[in-house]
Amino acid sequence: MRKDLAEQLEKVRSLISAHSRSSREVYLDLENSGLIFEESLEELIEAYRSRGNPSITHRPGWWALEVILEAEANLVEFVNAGNGELVFTHSGTEANNLAIMGLARASNGRRKILVSAIEHLSVKFPAERLQNQGFKLVEIPVDGEGFVNLDHLASQVDGDTLMVSIAAVNHEIGTIQDLKSIAEIVKDKNSEIIVHTDACDALGRVPLDLERARIDMASFSGHKILAPKGVGALFIMEGIKIEPILHGQLSSQRLWPGAENIPAIAGFAKALKLFRENFDEYRSKMIKLRDTLIDGIFERVDEVMLNGPRGDNRAPDNVNMSFLYCEGEALTVELSLRGIYVSSGSACTSRILEPSHVLLAIGKPYEVAHGSILMKVSPMHDDEDIKYVLEQIPEAVNRIRFISPKAVM
Amino acid sequence: MSSRIPLPYSPKVLELFRSPKNLGRMDDANAIAAAGSLACGDMITIYLKIDEQAERIIDASFESYGCAANIATASLLTEIIKEKSLREAWSISWKQLSDELGGLPPIKYHCGILAVGALRRAIRAYYKDRVKPDWLPEELTPDERHALEEEELVKILSKRISVGRSGQDKDQ
Repeated sequence: MRKDLAEQLEKVRSLISAHSRSSREVYLDLENSGLIFEESLEELIEAYRSRGNPSITHRPGWWALEVILEAEANLVEFVNAGNGELVFTHSGTEANNLAIMGLARASNGRRKILVSAIEHLSVKFPAERLQNQGFKLVEIPVDGEGFVNLDHLASQVDGDTLMVSIAAVNHEIGTIQDLKSIAEIVKDKNSEIIVHTDACDALGRVPLDLERARIDMASFSGHKILAPKGVGALFIMEGIKIEPILHGQLSSQRLWPGAENIPAIAGFAKALKLFRENFDEYRSKMIKLRDTLIDGIFERVDEVMLNGPRGDNRAPDNVNMSFLYCEGEALTVELSLRGIYVSSGSACTSRILEPSHVLLAIGKPYEVAHGSILMKVSPMHDDEDIKYVLEQIPEAVNRIRFISPKAVM
Repeated sequence: MSSRIPLPYSPKVLELFRSPKNLGRMDDANAIAAAGSLACGDMITIYLKIDEQAERIIDASFESYGCAANIATASLLTEIIKEKSLREAWSISWKQLSDELGGLPPIKYHCGILAVGALRRAIRAYYKDRVKPDWLPEELTPDERHALEEEELVKILSKRISVGRSGQDKDQ
């Protein structure tokens, strides 16, 4: 084996063996990778065994086509998307890139792109990149809970505006935006302006009615609804001009070449079905787990704050809290040793050594961002999981705080 | 060379994170210094107890606000410098710390630099009102400068953010 790879492999293997496995494990890092419904996993395995490529004229090919069509029907009905096409990508990131870059490529002269200051990096970075090609990017500020400043948005929409992209639900702090008012502001000024929403964190968790809200494009992600990784989708309303951003062949879809991930799409369809059929039940379950977790942490730990809104305007699954004087990356490692898996907005967990842009945009100081922990609950969690997390968090926070310089506390 | 950006820690880092040595403030220290800040997300305070006759470190301890690598680096440093002369302690490099930790991921090199920066500040603090030895440079060393830069980083970033915001205002 090549020497550098062998060294890395040896290192990570010895790390895993040194990191003892906790007798109890609770996976709450659904922001970065998912749990999966057993039923979705079964669909995925079955599809690997039997389905082919939907572009080809043979039985396994037609069987694959059936999977795609069923998934499309499940998704567009679930979010009431109206007439248009659904493009399956391999992730939510790809769907967001296609929306932003693909629309820009097809633009007939309008150059202004509006995004909120707290968008996912898969919206923020492509939009920033387009500035090199003569597009103008304007970030719409948000308030302390992450709600888009609608007056500022209205003041920025003009004859040069090509698109507005605002996530229905923020991925880090769970803010549920008023999509209908956002689209109304935009469409009232000019109905040709395209409104895109990153709905990856909204799907299955908040009611979505894209047609009623006048949303033109929406991105989705499989692993965020307990479906397999490796599948995302972009809905594009009929009549919108969009150019492909990847080129190749062997696909049943014009806008995304390459072999479709049929097994993941089959698992996605199953998860969509489960979320649709049990929508109210899942929602109340997540809200209960979320509030038990938030309230329990407030009761047990001092010097802690909730990032994002409380109550009905917060995504049912989102818990984002900052533990002051407790560096977030150290806390993720400490919790990992206790079998609890979470992520942090600390600069130390990022590859660019800058803390979460979302927390900074809602006006949190750096030290609050560095001490933030993001957890997401799901229908697969139960009261016992939350009980265990609430037992462990105070001890973990105390240990990390004990290491911190007392002079600053 | 692989272009991945992995963040694996060595088992040594994990072990020292779990059970850090020499943790906590030292009430009878005769040299104390900190590097970094809460705002940069990395801060190390080093406490030294120095035998004034022999100019030798008798005891050392630390406190750290930072990631697991930061904690492990500070723990290792305080182990290494015990019983060393101040001159020997001064010459410890962040690379040496990284090597002894089984190689820090590149993105965590600054943790080692910060620890060395804090130690050198503590040694300078010790000599503040004493006769400075020949081996103590007048100029800041690169590791000390880096610690300063890290403290400045937050100011630079805040400035960048406020420039971005004023840019938006101009659009209005």
